[in-house]
Amino acid sequence: MTVFLAVLRRDLLLALRDGAGTWTVLGFFVIAVAVFPLGIGPEPQVLARIAPGVLWAMALLAALLSLDTLFEGDYRDGSLEILLSAELLPELLVLAKALAHWLATGLPLALAAPLLGVFLHLPGEAMPVLFASLLLGTPVLSLLGAVGAALALGARRATVLLAVMVLPLAAPVLIFGAGAVESAQTGLAAAPSLLILGGVALCALAVCPVAAAAALRQAVE
Amino acid sequence: MAAMPGTPFALPLPTQAFPLILRDVACARGEARVFGGLDLAVEAGGLWLVRGANGAGKTTLLRLLAGLLKPAGGAALWGDGRAPRTVPERAVLVGHQEALKPALSVAENLGFWARFHGVTENPWPHASDPFGVWALADVPVRALSAGQKRRVSLTRLAFARAPLWLLDEPTTALDAAGQRIVWELVALHRRRGGAAVVTTHAKGTVDGANELVLGEAR
Repeated sequence: MTVFLAVLRRDLLLALRDGAGTWTVLGFFVIAVAVFPLGIGPEPQVLARIAPGVLWAMALLAALLSLDTLFEGDYRDGSLEILLSAELLPELLVLAKALAHWLATGLPLALAAPLLGVFLHLPGEAMPVLFASLLLGTPVLSLLGAVGAALALGARRATVLLAVMVLPLAAPVLIFGAGAVESAQTGLAAAPSLLILGGVALCALAVCPVAAAAALRQAVE
Repeated sequence: MAAMPGTPFALPLPTQAFPLILRDVACARGEARVFGGLDLAVEAGGLWLVRGANGAGKTTLLRLLAGLLKPAGGAALWGDGRAPRTVPERAVLVGHQEALKPALSVAENLGFWARFHGVTENPWPHASDPFGVWALADVPVRALSAGQKRRVSLTRLAFARAPLWLLDEPTTALDAAGQRIVWELVALHRRRGGAAVVTTHAKGTVDGANELVLGEAR
């Protein structure tokens, strides 16, 4: 448990300190979303129509942006093999790192999304659903990303490889996440989509650490 | 350097699991066989100096003793029948890779490893500082020289409570004073019942050290 907390603490510190951490991800999110009104024009109806999809797709890409460094740094400087041989289960190590990644990127993205929703004329009643859907969906991205990052360890151009591996797996999250916001926007019940999203999150929590730990063991052999 | 009262060096070590014994161990990296037929016993208070040409398998042997690598043949077991691992009550490995984060300061890096080694009640900087890196506590590791990084990396030994030290060419990049500190620490560690396996290219020898030359008995 001490090791779990030590890893969590260090990774959060690194995310706040390093260039590829929280600030880059948030900056990318804001700028990428801001590009759409510039390209499409300022009609409120059009922007409100595309807002759920744009916000969710950009959040997905922003989260991906920081994933390639999840295990890469530890792998290169030799920390990873020391951490893996410790008494902490590798699955818990993955969980600690995924949790740190989520706290450093997923949570800030969820917090920033409603502000960007205002920018895209998303109606006020859809905001809580947008926040809730990102709160449920971004942990899945961190967990799926951990599997991808572990599999891509040591590969050159890992970022691209990671995107190719993780984006298709993240499709359900995108569909139900954006779906929930769209339902709320059109006055339909958002709960079914949010519940499915929660289910996906629980599935990912159960499966991803095991898969990522297996990939990590393979990588340090 | 005087004896270090009040430091982890004054604490008892879990040494009852010695000896660590390798019997007819063979090692392979991928398809290539690195060495084979190796017998080795690491006793409490013992020191093995491992020599050999580049590629003879010195680092591979340390990784095996650390439990990062499974032997391709033979058996490596502690006295209590458990396989090698780098857990606080067994072994600590200081390798070529410094395992330090360039973006974090010296104190932050060492604080992390102190917690990793289970030093919760009294983390660095209160623990000992044999390599004199406390003066660099707030400096980010990326700003350090190679020798300074090595000193920081080796400081992990001061709070690791593992009875077995695995040091991969610990004196690389160190100045004369730093090298002397390494050997003094090893001597101190042996006096409290610990053991060390050290790979080195240095010519000199150490009192009571066993030597293992890899690549000859192949």
